[in-house]
Amino acid sequence: MTVTAARPTRHVEHCMGTVFSFAVADEGDWTEAIADAVGWLHQVDATFSTYRPDSAVSRLRRGEDVHDPLVDEVLSLCERYERETDGAFSAHLPGGLDPSGLVKGWAVEWASGILREHGSANHAVSGGGDMQLAGAAAPGRPWRVGIADPFDPTRVLTTIEGTDLAVATSGTAERGAHLVEPGTGEPARALASVTVTGPSLAWVDVAATAAFVKGQGALDWLRAQRLGGIVVDLQGTVTRTG
Amino acid sequence: MKRVVFTIVSTVTGLVMLLSFKTHPISTATAATAVVNRPVATPSASASASAGTTSTKTATATSTKTVTGDSVDTRWGPVQVAITVTNGKITAAKAVVYPQSNPKDEEINSYAVPTLNSEAVSSSSASIDMVSGATYTSQGYIGSLQSALDKL
Repeated sequence: MTVTAARPTRHVEHCMGTVFSFAVADEGDWTEAIADAVGWLHQVDATFSTYRPDSAVSRLRRGEDVHDPLVDEVLSLCERYERETDGAFSAHLPGGLDPSGLVKGWAVEWASGILREHGSANHAVSGGGDMQLAGAAAPGRPWRVGIADPFDPTRVLTTIEGTDLAVATSGTAERGAHLVEPGTGEPARALASVTVTGPSLAWVDVAATAAFVKGQGALDWLRAQRLGGIVVDLQGTVTRTG
Repeated sequence: MKRVVFTIVSTVTGLVMLLSFKTHPISTATAATAVVNRPVATPSASASASAGTTSTKTATATSTKTVTGDSVDTRWGPVQVAITVTNGKITAAKAVVYPQSNPKDEEINSYAVPTLNSEAVSSSSASIDMVSGATYTSQGYIGSLQSALDKL
């Protein structure tokens, strides 16, 4: 074996009500880089949490004037993605403005960017099972991601291998039946889970949500977006774009 | 160059949250060294580690240790994972605390607790870096498992 990479540097952080996981495959001391990325995640939580009354988003929801470049960026991305998903994704929910569906994936993608700025070309950052993968897991070995069976999380249904890739999965098990059909407000129920792959996690994560809501039309829509997808329907049948 | 390969893994018996169990040869050796360097390891194992050996073959006595991860809260309740380490290798992982029922999730009623058997740990074909899934409890499992690994 010519593999010389040390064991990846790993870190787990609790934030935004979920678990963020870092794996840096490059050799060296990544303590400071990971601390920067973790600080960023907590900054995002403090800004966008709908559970914190003092967050910028909570103040916006109360009709207060908010001037925050991060908020501006997220809200403009939300509007763009709402158009690109024909409204299947929206930050305008019945309970008011809530960009949470975008924020986690967007924050993870930026966290990966922070590690890159610190000089890491090979790392994985996951936020609650949605991840941005940079470079490879080891020289000559791409990152390998297990996709959990939505009907039995003790099983890995399939694996995805790739370099420089974002992967996100949406489904009812994620946070209960939290994804609703925009037209009816009813929970989306045509599929068990949708996994989407592409270059940018902010978009891939939103696209997974949108494809799940679109139900039967998910794969065709993902193909039209030039994204990869694995769809599991309620019978457990697995279909994919490629 | 982007490369995506889809592979069916039908032989994986446990949800192999092999976050840190990458089993390519070099990391196995590294993990073994890290474990035998702990104070609780048998003296012969420590000696072989400090001598630079990356194998635990010289340890004649079996050294087994169980490490329990932190309890991680999920929407459905706390999840806590314990791992068993035998002679420097992770031989089992199981959830010792997990939500017993999930009324909001009845359509997807089976979220049995992820288990990880020694076969999955030792099989290089089952080596997985990260897991993507829409299962909230799995995230608790991942987090607790990782914290157990961090205590090794």
